[in-house]
Amino acid sequence: MDGSFDFNSVFAASDQLLLGAGLTLQLTVEAVVLGMIVAVVGAWAKTSGPNWAKSVVNVYVEVIRNTPFLLQLYFFFFGLPALGFRLTPNQAALLTMVINLGAYATEIVRAGIEAIPHGQTEAGKALGFRPLQIFRLIILPPALRIIYQPLAGQFTMVLLGSSVVSAISANELTSVANSIQAANFKTFETYLVVSFMYLLMVLAFRALFNAIYTRSFGSDGQVQRVPGL
Amino acid sequence: MIRDLNVNDFLYILSAARWTLLLSILAIAGGGVVGAAILAGRLSRLKFVRVIAFGYIQFLQATPLLMQLFLVFFGGTMIGIRFDPWTAALIAFSLHASAFLGDIWYGSVEAVPRSQWEGAYSVALSRPKTFRLVIAPQALRIAVAPTVGFLVQLIKGTSLASIIGFVELVRAGQFINNSTLKPLFVYGFVACIFFAICWPLSKWSQGLEARLARGYGR
Repeated sequence: MDGSFDFNSVFAASDQLLLGAGLTLQLTVEAVVLGMIVAVVGAWAKTSGPNWAKSVVNVYVEVIRNTPFLLQLYFFFFGLPALGFRLTPNQAALLTMVINLGAYATEIVRAGIEAIPHGQTEAGKALGFRPLQIFRLIILPPALRIIYQPLAGQFTMVLLGSSVVSAISANELTSVANSIQAANFKTFETYLVVSFMYLLMVLAFRALFNAIYTRSFGSDGQVQRVPGL
Repeated sequence: MIRDLNVNDFLYILSAARWTLLLSILAIAGGGVVGAAILAGRLSRLKFVRVIAFGYIQFLQATPLLMQLFLVFFGGTMIGIRFDPWTAALIAFSLHASAFLGDIWYGSVEAVPRSQWEGAYSVALSRPKTFRLVIAPQALRIAVAPTVGFLVQLIKGTSLASIIGFVELVRAGQFINNSTLKPLFVYGFVACIFFAICWPLSKWSQGLEARLARGYGR
């Protein structure tokens, strides 16, 4: 390597890179949708489920949040076949992303639900609402507003974290980059271009989330910053 | 050759924890020093300095940690230095930590009421003195919980160094798994070690946060 930059051979592979970016977005959206189902169930269990369910969800959340994503990925990809469940790299990647997001989002959703004063539930009961109606019509709308920004931040972390699944050769942008640089030997240039592709995707994500927020809740509260998020 | 798991395998993995810990400690120290400079940049009165510090934070927060690690590891060759995994990991994780710490600390400084700056100004304190004597002590209180929280993220993140060949907990687990083919035991054991390191820190961070929310002295 002579120290001069050469991006031409990277851009020659732009079709593959765009395809990889598409796969990353697809994986992220799938993980977000499924992970949110896990999170809502988990948050329900933690706030109003039976005691055993609370304990189970507690252990799940603490274990996932205090171990590395990469390790979880290896555990499922290499561990589940030992129990007789064969997974393709993509299935293992999606499974791990869902389980990982589910734990973080459970905590976010739970905090949102608990922030709604109990009096609101009682008022709903007094007016003859059924439990599910109370949850859907009374608790959820204000809770959604509280949890929106932290959730959006967490979804962005899913997008960024998805590059790690290249470690088991699941099909997404970083894996595509790995094979491109193996073919063109422009390792640094390839990863630099791919980094900027991730950057653009994250900025697009943020713009989209902000637009949805403004449409749904008005423009106030958007500047609320949580340190580190 | 596949062999059975024995006690030495577990001891080997356990001993690799020191590399995870050492990398984390050095990275948080390096990240703290650079992060302080980034904080100073964000608070600067010169607009272009603020913009550079902001851009630095944005870039490192909006690109994958794995990419940052690759860029440092393979970027060395572009300037004629071949980094070994240790050096590359240390540089990459320090830079990564500096952006997050700089942002966390800036958020903490911002959380100190504006009137504190104005009050100090009215008694003729210089800006550096205001920061050191009035703002920093209050911001520090706010910053501790998220800083410890980020430390947990960083410790978990160091596992990515295994991908460029740095031997830490996850890499050690891979070695043992390759020769024993007991992934559930091996990775389960590695998970237990990470949990034993991270969980107390998480609880400490949450406790600090709760105490801050309640307020002191009550």
